[in-house]
Amino acid sequence: MKKTYRIEVDCANCANKMEEAAGKIPGIADVTVNFMTQKMIVDFADGADADTVMKQVVKACKKVEDDCEIYL
Amino acid sequence: MTKKLKKMLIRIIVTAVLLVALHFVPVSGIARFLLYLIPYGIIGYDILRKAWRGILNRQVFDENFLMAVATIGALAIGLLKTGDYEESVAVMLFYQVGELFQSYAVGKSRRNISELMDIRPDYANIDTNGQLTRVDPDEVAVGTVIVVNPGEKVPLDGIVESGESSLNTSALTGESLPRDVKPGDGIVSGCINMSGVLRIRTTRVFGESTVSKVLDLVENASSRKSRSENFISRFARWYTPAVVFGALALAVLPPLVRLLLSFPPEWSEWVYRALTFLVISCPCALVISIPLSFFAGIGGAGKAGILIKGSNWLEALSKTGTVVFDKTGTLTMGVFDVVDIHHSELERETMIEYAALAESASSHPIAVSIRKAWGKPLDMSRVGKVEEISGNGVVVEIDGQEVAAGNSRLMRSLGIEPIECHSTGTIVHMAIGGHYTGHIVISDVVKPDAAKAIAALKQSGVHQTVMLTGDGKAVAAEVAERLGIDQFWSELLPEDKVEKVEEMLTRKPAGEIVAFVGDGINDAPVLTRADLGIAMGALGSDAAIEAADVVLMDDDPMKISKAIRIARKCMRIVYENIVLAIGVKAVCLVLGALGLANMWLAVFADVGVMILAVLNAIRALFVSRL
Repeated sequence: MKKTYRIEVDCANCANKMEEAAGKIPGIADVTVNFMTQKMIVDFADGADADTVMKQVVKACKKVEDDCEIYL
Repeated sequence: MTKKLKKMLIRIIVTAVLLVALHFVPVSGIARFLLYLIPYGIIGYDILRKAWRGILNRQVFDENFLMAVATIGALAIGLLKTGDYEESVAVMLFYQVGELFQSYAVGKSRRNISELMDIRPDYANIDTNGQLTRVDPDEVAVGTVIVVNPGEKVPLDGIVESGESSLNTSALTGESLPRDVKPGDGIVSGCINMSGVLRIRTTRVFGESTVSKVLDLVENASSRKSRSENFISRFARWYTPAVVFGALALAVLPPLVRLLLSFPPEWSEWVYRALTFLVISCPCALVISIPLSFFAGIGGAGKAGILIKGSNWLEALSKTGTVVFDKTGTLTMGVFDVVDIHHSELERETMIEYAALAESASSHPIAVSIRKAWGKPLDMSRVGKVEEISGNGVVVEIDGQEVAAGNSRLMRSLGIEPIECHSTGTIVHMAIGGHYTGHIVISDVVKPDAAKAIAALKQSGVHQTVMLTGDGKAVAAEVAERLGIDQFWSELLPEDKVEKVEEMLTRKPAGEIVAFVGDGINDAPVLTRADLGIAMGALGSDAAIEAADVVLMDDDPMKISKAIRIARKCMRIVYENIVLAIGVKAVCLVLGALGLANMWLAVFADVGVMILAVLNAIRALFVSRL
């Protein structure tokens, strides 16, 4: 299952770091952070609940980049 | 400029003014230090806060942290030794100038590129009892009649019920020639109605309309990352830690060695050099300019009616060495046309008229093409008995005379010896009253620009062009010869085409791309199998948009070489930026380690490289002259 979230992040390297951090969350098969379009495209693993996984993702991203926003 | 950026700009100006003013204030000692803390705080408070939060979250290789360490270190050296605080404040100032410029440039180019693709319709007009009401295109059901006034965008795909007009399709196709529509014509959303009022019966809901599909494609295009982008991400991942450890080593090792050799250790000198290292360690110039280049390249291509589904495909496009064409619909129009009449004793017009009358009852593509060539209404009362001889042709009574139209077998069965034709295509022999009157040559018409397009491909670095077709060998050979195509295979079934492409994939030189160009109608499997699938004339064809990696919105074959040139330009810019950014950083690191570069140079190099790289990236947007 693929979902796209709008995000707000200021620098390209921060977007890379968010992508890396989000990719480590269980329940995520693949994730791409697109700095240019300010979007996060998440591919959830089978059986994962998007809402709970995304909460973890937000937490992990806030940790690597305090300034980021993910609009769920 | 957003509020955030404006606030930043004010902070930068205030700090710059203070910095200049303080330069002329004659105080010294601790008072001087405290005075300089004012501009430092104004310009750097958010960096310091973020750095602190970073430490709490154990993100020590965060560029905020690095900038904080470097500037606080410089302040400390100033306090303990040199009394120079300007440098620290200036480094922070220029860093912020760089950040500001980066946000501004990126935001601006993002808006520019979205504006290029400004095809999203805001409303649809529905006629309710003679009154036009504006509704959200999302709410319009299939089969509703909508009204599009001159100057408005067509909001949904549909069929023209009434009204005639010209459409501007340039936002979708990059083609500036208007397209005329009349009742019964299909119409795609995203075009702009230019002259007359059109009433359109919708055939799709908004979510499935062309405009939604195109927008979706463009918005998600840069999500597929190219190899260069992944390289940069990986590079950034080890670059920053490496530089930080390098800085640490630079601060500690040389003084220790000097101590051992019983020289004065010169701690502050080496710490200063290490701090300079830290200033250079932010990889942002590099990281920002690469995706921005790709984004601009994809945006520029979109403007030209070429939709590229991801940066990886743009990269692939630039390495195209072999282009494989499906003949019908890409090099040829995919419609049959009367191209010639041979050995005719009658006037061309008369011959076609007889043929059209003879074929008037048939719906075969050949019959359709003959009627189209005649192009005038037929007087059906002249036609009497019609006898169809399946697979061979027809024998019809016209004006009381027996007219036969068909292949050579038909002629021979009637005891007439036809003159064989050496032209390629389908031959319709004609006999009137038992007397041979010549033949009509019908073939698929080669697109006017096809030969030029092949030559242009060669010019843009494609060294092999191949044509695959289901047609007979004679037709294929003639078309290939005329267009200057290197190699062709004929009489292929769709699955044979996949096989041929696979064969080419195994034989191609490493690092080269085999692109397949089709019209997406029955070659979706080949489009997916090739390294790079290019679909042509995709306006309104969903299958093509789905299956292909690069979608040409109209059916102009010249667009293929244009796409390749856009990709090449974009990749050149990407490589320039990689070399520029890494090169300048490397030079600065060496100069910094040797003590030849101070922090001023480091921060100038950092910001300067970023500005150059961003400006260079934006060049990828300009593709109209390629």
